[in-house]
Amino acid sequence: MSSNSVPMREVAQRAFATEFNDASHTFKESEDERAPVYLLLPTGERANRVFLVGTLTEKEDVGDDNEYWRGRIVDPTGTFFVYAGQYQPEAASTLRDLEPPAYVAVVGKPRTYETDDGSVNVSVRPESITEVDAATRDRWVVETAERTLERVEAFDDESNEYGVMARERYDRPVERYTEAAVGALESLEGTDELAGADAGVDGDRPEPEPEA
Amino acid sequence: MSDLRTHAAEIAEQFSDHIDVSEDDVAERLETLVEEYRVPVDEARRSVTNSYLDEAGIERDDISGGGDSQQAQVADIEEDEQWVDLRVKVADLWEPGHESIAQVGLLGDESGTIKFVAFETSDLPELEEGACYALSNVVTDEYEGRYSVKLNRTTTITEIDEEIEVGDDATEVEGALVDMQSGSGLIKRCPEPDCTRVLQNGRCSEHGNVEGEFDLRIKGVVDDGREVHEVIFDRETTEELTGISLEEAKDMAMDALDTEVVADEIRADVLGSYYRVRGPTFGRYLLADEFERLAESPDPEAVLIKARSNA
Repeated sequence: MSSNSVPMREVAQRAFATEFNDASHTFKESEDERAPVYLLLPTGERANRVFLVGTLTEKEDVGDDNEYWRGRIVDPTGTFFVYAGQYQPEAASTLRDLEPPAYVAVVGKPRTYETDDGSVNVSVRPESITEVDAATRDRWVVETAERTLERVEAFDDESNEYGVMARERYDRPVERYTEAAVGALESLEGTDELAGADAGVDGDRPEPEPEA
Repeated sequence: MSDLRTHAAEIAEQFSDHIDVSEDDVAERLETLVEEYRVPVDEARRSVTNSYLDEAGIERDDISGGGDSQQAQVADIEEDEQWVDLRVKVADLWEPGHESIAQVGLLGDESGTIKFVAFETSDLPELEEGACYALSNVVTDEYEGRYSVKLNRTTTITEIDEEIEVGDDATEVEGALVDMQSGSGLIKRCPEPDCTRVLQNGRCSEHGNVEGEFDLRIKGVVDDGREVHEVIFDRETTEELTGISLEEAKDMAMDALDTEVVADEIRADVLGSYYRVRGPTFGRYLLADEFERLAESPDPEAVLIKARSNA
């Protein structure tokens, strides 16, 4: 990296929790110690930064000596785990102050760690957490569905090196992420004038509805 | 050989209005440089042209660009010292800031607008605001990444009887505001005339320690998951975006004995929300002239149809 060039800021990728949590492979694209670390998304894209909006359902200080906050943030497909400690003072103090449930927007870096049984867990180390409104959450769901569909569409392109990499690393059909996007979008439709009623648009994918 | 001959003919032609330059003489000088001294043709051309300019006692701007002048759109101008022809409308005329300047203002065509300058010494007919002209032989100029054109003695100005629609060169971006960079919020600027640099710890990089003047701004990052755009909101748009006026911001900072509280408050208010921002670009920044907070829930229908057809 020459001293007079400003490194390009990494784009914040949009992925639903189900895809984000399926990711496990991280890589660098140069030998440089400070080179960005990327998480390989299963739909074939590299993510050094993510933007997500969801419902903060729980928060807990899991630190020993220092505060170390864990937040569970839920989207229509699953749960993101967000960890903020002393090196993310603003995000940590936001988590401390927030009362779940609340809609929150998170900009952050993907982090992976290997568990004792050898599986890889993925979480987000936040650069910022802010409370947002329901419309922002809905907008994120639609946008994330769009980006997911775009990635799935480009997955098999020969020139898509991250598609190739994802096929090698993850032996998983990408169609499941299209289905997740459909489900996420349908969950938004349910909140308009058809709220509560069964829209009956997708009878072949029954959702177990707990009876009150 | 024939290549040098062509160059020689062009150079001779450029000087035809001023001094008597023989094509053979030009060719001979070019040959000496190129064949004997291995000077690249471009450099040889430049050097020979300069020597004739010296002999004739005239400026480079005074000779015609020869066959180099090209029809251009103002938005395409992105190189210094190019000779171009334009078909433009005079979008704006400003008060010249110096007695050597005859006219200064803004020219526009379908692609956008560009600043122009005409100098007293060029002795050109005056352009009228709102009128449309074919301008041939204007020279491009660059200052800090912004381009302008200079009219010169060889520029021909022909008023044309057609209405040119002046294009808007503003860009529009949409996405989530994912970051606010340092230097946002309540800042202090250097009070020296025409300086306005943002102070770092009370110091101006040009004028040293100065009594700064407060200002409000946001250097934000708008990201749509595909591209990243750096956006600057000035005081007016920052006030509109945050609902915090400069006076209120000063009061907040005074109460907290810390200017950083203003940025913190703004950050909590705007980060993570979606915006559509519109304005001209300046270097790597988009200067927000207008913006809109995307506060409505979007309709998922279109994306859903696409998603189902792919599922």
